[in-house]
Amino acid sequence: MEAYINLFIKSVFIENMALAFFLGMCTFIAVSKKIETAVGLGIAVTIVQTLTVPANNLIYTYLLKEGALSWAGLPQVDLSFIALMACIGVIAAMVQILEMVLDRFFPALYNALGIFLPLITVNCAILAGSLFMIERDYNFAESVVYGVGSGFGWALAITAMAGVREKLKYSDVPPGLRGLGITFITAGLMALGFMAFSGIQL
Amino acid sequence: MNEESKKVLVEPLVDNNPITLQVLGICSALAVTSQMTTALIMSLALTTVTAFSSAGIAFIRNHVPSSVRIIAQMVIIASLVIVVDQILKAFAYEISKQLSVFVGLIITNCIVMGRAEAYAMKNPPWESFLDGIGNGLGYSLILISVAFIRELLGSGKLLGIDVLPLLKDGGWYVPNGLLLLPPSAFFLIGLLIWAVRTWKPKQVEKADYAIMPAHGEVH
Repeated sequence: MEAYINLFIKSVFIENMALAFFLGMCTFIAVSKKIETAVGLGIAVTIVQTLTVPANNLIYTYLLKEGALSWAGLPQVDLSFIALMACIGVIAAMVQILEMVLDRFFPALYNALGIFLPLITVNCAILAGSLFMIERDYNFAESVVYGVGSGFGWALAITAMAGVREKLKYSDVPPGLRGLGITFITAGLMALGFMAFSGIQL
Repeated sequence: MNEESKKVLVEPLVDNNPITLQVLGICSALAVTSQMTTALIMSLALTTVTAFSSAGIAFIRNHVPSSVRIIAQMVIIASLVIVVDQILKAFAYEISKQLSVFVGLIITNCIVMGRAEAYAMKNPPWESFLDGIGNGLGYSLILISVAFIRELLGSGKLLGIDVLPLLKDGGWYVPNGLLLLPPSAFFLIGLLIWAVRTWKPKQVEKADYAIMPAHGEVH
């Protein structure tokens, strides 16, 4: 149990998707102008990440990994090169399904998240979650924890960023830095802050 | 080469740079720039993928219904990325290990998707190919400038060759460790954006709020 808690804390803080690995930066910069939208997107990313990482873990372990097809009598087959295609396919499908389910059963949530869901397909944090899971050889339980943790970490980061930016818009920024430039520098300072976690050994 | 193709090729370098103006493809720009070698390989990989995927998507643009176009684009991009990934693993294994997941992440690199949506869906293959190369080069320009500063000042090397002799090896240069840490890429790109926008004031964004003039000031 302790190992899972450690993995969760590690994926939220120490290896934060946005501020330690810079993943999902395009959306991180583009959609962090308001706290409300940032929270909405954060929730959507967490949900999708929680679903896709374990799903990709199952697909990778039982279909693609070297020798994974031995249950079908094909122990020599190694399909791991196709993992990229499989992962992105699963993500795109999962986002589509989630969109339909939300539309049917949770219309309020669907209206709130509506525009963000399609964006998530091309959010690199989601694909990277699956690729890191493959690279680090997580088992199924670990992949569930990692999915929740990394999604939540990203949500936390974008919410904090939106909070900073809401205050920032009232300040007098030099013309050339206005908008994108100062956002980058703010993100850099936040990343420095998150580096304080990096010494923690779990 | 005619005027139009030249414009398509040159414009994304500074005037419409994918990173500093279009805000596309930032993730990998930050993560692979601590060394020149990885930055160069990444630029090459991304430029190739963008160019060929734009050309490929432009070829089929009139035959794909718009409801499934994202999936069709994804399939083309993902196949190209798999090819690049396999080539890197075969010929440059060490570097492909260093780039780790970032080669795979070219699939979701917004430059590739963004150019496919914004340009290749509306233009013929050859122009789309050039547009892909142009945007790839615009991305490479930023990536390589950031990597140049980070590697030179952070570890005193360029492409792994010693340029500034380090203090610990008997030289005079004390490396700035901050530049090897990931956050420095944010600062450098922020400053680069500042530099570009000072040079091209047209790119400056409008302020949300103006500071009120002090009481009694005359305008």
